[in-house]
Amino acid sequence: MFKATVNITLRDSILDPQGKATHHALQNLGLNQISKVRIGKLVELNIDADTEEEARSIAEDACTQLLANAVVEDYEITIHKKQTVS
Amino acid sequence: MSTTFGIIVFPGSNCDHDAFYALDEVMGMETKFIWHKDTDLSGIDVIVIPGGFSYGDYLRSGAIARFSPIMNEVEKAANEGVPIIGICNGFQILLEANLLPGAMMHNQQLRFVCKNVFIRCETTDSIFTRGLNKDQVLDIPVSHGEGNYFISEDGLKELQDHDQIAFRYCDEHGELTPEANFNGSVDHIAGILNRKGNILGLMPHPERAVEPLLGSSDGRIFFESLLNRVVGA
Repeated sequence: MFKATVNITLRDSILDPQGKATHHALQNLGLNQISKVRIGKLVELNIDADTEEEARSIAEDACTQLLANAVVEDYEITIHKKQTVS
Repeated sequence: MSTTFGIIVFPGSNCDHDAFYALDEVMGMETKFIWHKDTDLSGIDVIVIPGGFSYGDYLRSGAIARFSPIMNEVEKAANEGVPIIGICNGFQILLEANLLPGAMMHNQQLRFVCKNVFIRCETTDSIFTRGLNKDQVLDIPVSHGEGNYFISEDGLKELQDHDQIAFRYCDEHGELTPEANFNGSVDHIAGILNRKGNILGLMPHPERAVEPLLGSSDGRIFFESLLNRVVGA
């Protein structure tokens, strides 16, 4: 069993109004050192696979077919060490 | 021969009955509901994918509905040239299913917008808009939080080159003012067609504007345009 985390973010070229609004709020808090905010999604997957490569390719399928919309979003997959099945 | 409309119902659809009322009661068309788990569209001449919040808009609007069993049949019908209209969430589902190009983003100002807006007919070269006039302005309600249409520059050029933009947001005089584009859509886009011209997706709700009592009957003009074409064909 592998655990994968998938980070889904809006493509850089695309305006993120949610991130922008949050950035304004952070500035109101006085956190002016923060110069940019982008908001995305984090998806965690438990994957039954024998190897890390297999787990990655399954996660990749999940992203291209459903989790991310390639028109506006990018994704990044991280596969974590094999977990003991509890 | 009579034309039969099929309205696809997903868990979370909420404009299915409005569409039924508009088509069946007001326009007098034979209309049926089709549950999303059904796998049979035989006898359906026009498919309507209604507005709402299918699957609670989880993940992205329309992302999960596109995998409902009926969508395989919708895809087949699309390829066979059956007219398909996606309204609001139906438009979002058609985008997610890749039956129409582009994607929907949150409205630019982040607010859910529910009000009457003006849209302008951009092409009369489609079965849906043939009964309208080019630049005809219709007063139709919108009701969405994710209607900010996005497409790449190349994609937009393709839409323009192939006359696939059906409706644009405008003011009451048909002008494309920045204020009229309330949700931030690329090129004021309110509705588009596929290349073949048998699929229309639009964010505004013509089914909510079919009687003076509802504040506008311009939706009726839209359905009449569609019916003249589809029924007369």
